Order: sequence, then C-alpha cells, then structure tokens
Amino acid sequence: MNNLIKGEKHDWEMVIGLEIHAQVKSNSKLFSSSSTKFGSSPNSQVSLVDAAMPGMLPVINKYCVEQAVKTGVGLNAKINNYSVFDRKNYFYADLPQGYQISQYKYPIVGEGKVTIDFKDGTSKDIRIVRLHLEQDAGKSLHDQNPSKTYVDLNRSGVALMEIVSEPDIRTPDEAGMYISKIRSILMYLDTCDGNMQEGSLRADVNISVRKPGDGYGTRCEIKNLNSIKFIKQAISYEAKRQIEILESGGAIEQNTMLFNTSTGKTRPMRNKEEAHDYRYFPDPDLLPLEISEEEIVKIKSSIPELPDELKNRFIETYKLSNYDASVLTAEKKTSDYFNESINSDPELKNHAKLVVNWITSELFSLLNKNNFDLTNSPVSPENLGQLVKLISTNEISGKIAKDVLDDMFSTGKTAREIVDEKGLKQVTNEEEIEIVIMEVIKDNPKMVQEFLEGKDKLLGFFVGQAMKKTKGKANPKILNEILLKKLNK
Amino acid sequence: MKIDKNTINKIARLSRIKLDDKESEDYIKDLNSILDWVEQLNEVNTENIEPLSNISSSILPTREDVSKDANSSDEILENAPDKLEGFFAVPKVVE
Repeated sequence: MNNLIKGEKHDWEMVIGLEIHAQVKSNSKLFSSSSTKFGSSPNSQVSLVDAAMPGMLPVINKYCVEQAVKTGVGLNAKINNYSVFDRKNYFYADLPQGYQISQYKYPIVGEGKVTIDFKDGTSKDIRIVRLHLEQDAGKSLHDQNPSKTYVDLNRSGVALMEIVSEPDIRTPDEAGMYISKIRSILMYLDTCDGNMQEGSLRADVNISVRKPGDGYGTRCEIKNLNSIKFIKQAISYEAKRQIEILESGGAIEQNTMLFNTSTGKTRPMRNKEEAHDYRYFPDPDLLPLEISEEEIVKIKSSIPELPDELKNRFIETYKLSNYDASVLTAEKKTSDYFNESINSDPELKNHAKLVVNWITSELFSLLNKNNFDLTNSPVSPENLGQLVKLISTNEISGKIAKDVLDDMFSTGKTAREIVDEKGLKQVTNEEEIEIVIMEVIKDNPKMVQEFLEGKDKLLGFFVGQAMKKTKGKANPKILNEILLKKLNK
Repeated sequence: MKIDKNTINKIARLSRIKLDDKESEDYIKDLNSILDWVEQLNEVNTENIEPLSNISSSILPTREDVSKDANSSDEILENAPDKLEGFFAVPKVVE
C-alpha cells in the first residue's frame, strides 16, 4: 500500500497521533452524584461540586475508576497501581472551577497497543501512550445571541477517559480504522456507549508531514472532531495545507486548529498569542489513587471476549478471512447477530461465508436504505439463517433470495413462508428447463441464427428470456448447460 | 528564580486579574520574598526521590455510582448575574 502523497520535488508522509476522549458509561459524574443523562434541560444536573461552589470537595466515583482499568486491560495496557489527580488550570466560561481535574504525570493506565486490520489481510499495531481519567467541561452555545454566550453545566464533571496514541498513524484511513477499533473495544467492554453524535466519543488529531525517513515535522493539533468522516476530511485538508506551505518555502507554525464541517477546511484558533500554560499541579483536594493487584485481577476476570479474540475464534471455527472476521467483530451487535444466525441451524456452520455475505452486504444495505439498525432489524437472525440454508441447499437461487429477503424485511414473514406462498422454489428439473429453452429457441429464430454466426453475446439474451419464462426460478447452472447444448446442435 | 515585570504580567493575565503599575510593583516584591523563602528548600538533596503529592496517610475515599436527581437549575442559577431559559448568559466568548 502506498501511503505517500505526491509532491513537487519528493513524496510526503503524514505523521498522525490521536487523543481520543471517551465518556465513561456511568450513572453519576466522576467527582459528584449528579446524573450523566444526555439531553436533559440545561443546568438541571449540576451539583454544588460541579458548579464549583466554595468549600465543596470532590469524592471519586469508584465505578469510573473500574471502567478506566477495564478499558486499560482491553487496550493491552499496563495498569498503574498508583496514579495522581492534577489540576489543569485555564479560564473558560464553561469551566467553573477555573481548572480541570485530570491526570498528568501519573496516569491510571500506561503503555498499550491496538491492532487495525486492512482489507488486503495485513494488519498494523498502533501504540497507546496512556489513558487517564479527567473531568469534562460544560457546554457553550455561541451562536444564539450576537453578544452573549450561553452556558450549560450538565456535562461539567462527567468522567472522560483520554486515550493518547503514539504518532504511529500514517493515513486518514488508518486514523479512521484506529478510532473505529477503539470504539469497538470500548463498546464490547461496555465502558463507553461510543455515541459520536452525542459527543460520547470525540478526538483531537495531531498531524505533521515529512519527507519519508526524515525526523518529525512541526505538528498542528485539530481540536474536537466528532465523526470518523470529519477526522479523515480534516487530516486530508490539513496535510495538503502543510505541504503547500512547505513546498512554497514556508515553515509550519505549531498551532491549534479548528475544523469547519461545512467548508471542510481547518483554520487556526484565535487567541493564539496566549499560548496555553496549564500550570499542572497535584490537586490538594484529592489523595493519590491506589489500586491493588487483587482489584486489578478481579476486574480482569470480568472482561468479556474482546473483538480480537472473537475475530480469531471466528477465523478458526468458520474459516473466515481476516477481513470478514474483522467486519463481523467491529461492532458487538454485528457479532451477536452473526452468532445467533449461524447457531440457528447446525448445517450453517459449513456455509459461514454465505451467512457473512448475506448479513454484511444484503441485510446491511436494506437496513441502511430504510434507516433501520441491526438491533431492530425486521429480519431476525434465525430467519436470516433459514434464508441462507434455502440458498445453500439449492432450494432457491441467490437472485430469488434477494427478493425473498426484501419480502422478509417488509412483511416480517420467514423465508420458508414466502418461498412456499409465492412458489419460488428453484426449478432444478432438467426436463422442465429444457421445455422452456426449446420455446425460447423457437420464438427467436433470427437471434439463434446470429448466435450461430458467432455473436456470442446473445447467450445472455437467451438466458434472460428463459429466466423470465420461469420467473427467475430456473437453476442458472443447469439452465446454462442445457442452453449451450441445445444451441450448439 | 526571580519574578520580573513580564512574569507578573503573564501571571496576572493567566489569572484574569487586572493590575495597575503600583500593584504590579507590590506583587513583584511580595512574590519574590515568598520565592526566596521557599528556595531554602533547594538546600535539601532530593536526588532519586519521587515527588510527594500528599502528606496524608489515609486512602482516597470513594463513592458508589449512584446518581441523585438534582433538578438543580433554579438553585445553580440563583447567583448568576445574567441567565436565559436555564442557561448562564456570559459575555460572548469567541470560539
């Protein structure tokens, strides 16, 4: 795979690292008992701690700590028995404390790695630097009033896990695959709901460009991207911008950028003259966080089968390709559906590839087209399994099966019911097919003549006519064989 | 370490405190004398010693993940100089 961008004098390579902010799936906030529910009326879930009233003290949510440890294990990372909460100081209207409680020098989780899988069967490890716990800020609305900013503190104090990668990513696609993989792991672990639209998962992207083999270039950071599409767009645009500057003899200024989702362009944040100086120091309101080996072992034992393990099991059990298995395990709901479907009939495990195809191409496209989700699919996993079985036993052709699936989708009936009701059973009887073919040949003498004179393309026409007469039910293989035999006579 | 005019201006800006010239001079003097006093600690050899972030020997207290229905907006907004439909209204922050 070529990861380079063509330049005027030489090729360029992108160097990308991600900081992912994942909201911990919990009932209450990191240091207060306020609810974390999304979409409530403004400032209705704000305790005196979240509003930073004088004299309030933070008390840590034990469950959030466990979730962070669990995530660390899922990222194949080192869990630190000792970590410290620091204050990251800055002024902003939606940060009532004047500082964010975060972890700086001693994060709860250390180095780890995740693997991304490419379509061509290869894979690549992306190293994780760390994961730390921190508070989210409130939400500011800037576009409601020309002279005011409106602030809602409901999100203030919600627990976030910041997952920092090494700059191991080289293309926009890799960045997309990396965040998808992290999202998938978080959702299998059930430590984050992975909802990017609601902001439960968002990322800051660090990017620089260099001549392959050179040291790192000066990087820019693009803040707060909340969809995989935007992450890829922002990276592509920013890399192009940097290359243009460098090729015209300029230098990259280290900057924090914002991505405009409607123009697809990045631009530097204003106020850059006030370079951030966070003055981190240990929060005197909080003691160090200590986690014993026993607690870590206990949390490890609660961890479900993760996407990579599941993927390997699918490859081994069902002889699936690495890519198919990684598509199936990208989301828990997909692997759950596949599992239920393939286990609905003992015969199906010999046709796993067929089951995968009918889920990931046919069913997915129907779901997309009708704005359904796999979790509320009108076609149950068992019914899909039954459909695949009808195909695998040659009762219906693949082509008919598509129509059957359409019907299953809109009526909720089983494949068997539809095939029986509509008489769609495939015609495999050779005599029956031969009769139809003879009719087609008789009806089209001119075409037959042309075919015999060498117009081979006409074969498709005869197949089409015969299929039409059988309403698509003829077994295509038998049909083709007989047709060729008859025409060559 | 010495605090000069530039440093005091930077600290003031980071803290969003406006200082006039007289106040700046006073703070430069005050902060320098505090730093001089603290710098006595430099006499202690701290090589190979991890920083201590807390001197208490107790363990970080934790709480269970139970949310309390706060319905807090009236109380939280009580002291707000300006508000609108449940939001704090603050002078426009660009970006």
